[in-house]
Amino acid sequence: MTEQNSTGALIVKITVLTIGAALLFAPFLFQDVRSLEVAARICVFVVLVASYDLLIGYTGIVSFAHTMFFGFGAYGAAIALKQMGPGWDAVMVGGLAGMLVSLVVAVAIGLLSLRVKAIFFAMITLAVASVVLVLASQLSDFTGGEDGITYRAPQLFKTATKLAVDEDGKVLRLFGVKLNGKLAAYYFVFATSLALFVLMFRLVGSPLGTVLKAIRENEARAEAIGYRVVSYRTFVFCIAALAASLAGTIYAIWLKYTGPDTMLSFSIMIDILLMVVIGGMGTMWGAVIGAVLMVLAQYYLRDLMGAAAEATSNLPILPELLNPDRWLLWLGIIFILLVYFFPRGIAGTIMQKGIAK
Amino acid sequence: MTQPSLVTKDLTIRFGGHLAVNQVNCEFLPGELTVIVGPNGAGKTTFFNLISGQLAASSGKVVKDGVEITKMSPSTRARHGIGRAFQLTNLFPQLSVLENIRLAVQARSGDGWRLFKPVSSYKELTARAERYLEATKLTDVAFLPASALPHGDQRKLEVALLMAMEPDIYMFDEPTAGMSLDHTPDVLELIAEIKHDKSKTVLLVEHKMDVVRALADRIIVLHNGELLADGAPDEVMSSQIVRDVYLGKSGEAAA
Repeated sequence: MTEQNSTGALIVKITVLTIGAALLFAPFLFQDVRSLEVAARICVFVVLVASYDLLIGYTGIVSFAHTMFFGFGAYGAAIALKQMGPGWDAVMVGGLAGMLVSLVVAVAIGLLSLRVKAIFFAMITLAVASVVLVLASQLSDFTGGEDGITYRAPQLFKTATKLAVDEDGKVLRLFGVKLNGKLAAYYFVFATSLALFVLMFRLVGSPLGTVLKAIRENEARAEAIGYRVVSYRTFVFCIAALAASLAGTIYAIWLKYTGPDTMLSFSIMIDILLMVVIGGMGTMWGAVIGAVLMVLAQYYLRDLMGAAAEATSNLPILPELLNPDRWLLWLGIIFILLVYFFPRGIAGTIMQKGIAK
Repeated sequence: MTQPSLVTKDLTIRFGGHLAVNQVNCEFLPGELTVIVGPNGAGKTTFFNLISGQLAASSGKVVKDGVEITKMSPSTRARHGIGRAFQLTNLFPQLSVLENIRLAVQARSGDGWRLFKPVSSYKELTARAERYLEATKLTDVAFLPASALPHGDQRKLEVALLMAMEPDIYMFDEPTAGMSLDHTPDVLELIAEIKHDKSKTVLLVEHKMDVVRALADRIIVLHNGELLADGAPDEVMSSQIVRDVYLGKSGEAAA
């Protein structure tokens, strides 16, 4: 007896592996600053979305506090790097502090409120996240307030750092790519994100992962066959919080800037929700697909529309509609179409297709 | 004399002013199959819920092998050997049949907290789950989601989940309800097998009189939440009081 592996599942897996390869070689494939920003953001958001999917897709927990944990990790690193100066010790201290705060808050929210109904739990996470957002903008001595904090990354990741030099003392190039600190920073982001993703991927396929799915499917029966539902929920809430916090630390090191808009705001929470829904809830593959599509759309939809408006400039109305300023409208339309044609998300729906008989 | 494996002492639950289960005192022995009968709304399922923990008793006690379990959560009771199948099918609909059963096996073996190695590497879990698949004749549909099964197979899966828990106390709530006649014997056979293992206690809520006659060692009658009669099947079925409240109706059904 073997478990079925549908053609749909195969397509999704190949797509994700292709994305993985593209990200691995991104600095060589797309040699401009903006592309590398996009690739790094995709890496971080894959982790963030996958960890959120552990909650909403696998266990059926609706939380609006996920960016809060992301922010804890980011601010931890940012504050440490600012106060202690650029160095690995600051990264360690900041990252661990972020994880510790995330863990304490997650345990507190979990134990106090995972017993209550899903909707109340969602409201409680919303309230806590709002408080943290206000705190971050008010405690400006500490967090930089609305302006955020700018700081320097460890020496290794500075653009001026030369990883290898040629005989003239200039930075060595490989396939035309400078082997400098920026490259090292990208591979740091890529490797840590990949490691976190693989860990979460192992988790959902483990016995614990099936218990989580059982809780999502039928909480009362999971309890009746002997699983302490509250403990499992609290545990996965903590795991997701820690992963989000680490993602925040990684992104903070990459951006060298941490502020409420990039690390804490509810618009990021909404981005995460959209990515999970677009990719497909309850599948780790979906997290990758959702994050890639959404980040690409955010960065390139405007350019694409600009080009389209240019190309259609002598037609009536069309250039107006395709004006780059209307990119959010088009993003909305794309989202509605995706939800309509892929009700279980892209990965979820395609993987279903192959099995349906 | 054998010690009772399960005891209820003055077990009571009150919903507002309504006493759904009222001071029920009962002892159940290992190796004994007790059928619980009573008209609709008599409190049979509520009585089950009080034992397996889905409802908390207003007063009274539930004792399993000398340990009071009245205040425990359903999951803790399950780990103490109380197993329960449900009247309304209560499965994990999107998970495959095999996964459903493996979850119950895994709850029993305590592997639920293992979080790194894939499930498939726990061969023992799968092997044990497959035994219950075979016992309930569900092997052919092992990889279908539970929701895709016909009703009769879902009922069998419900029984398989209970068996995979390997409890000391088996509680079946109308296991053959809505099942076609050709599936019913399979389930009854499984219950009979459990009964042959003299260490297990079986509680069965059932309406079909032929089933009751075939399996029961003892019958208890619940009526309006109270224990009305308790004894050997012939004795209970022939008592006047039981005829008045209950058997008048189902006697016709059986005829």
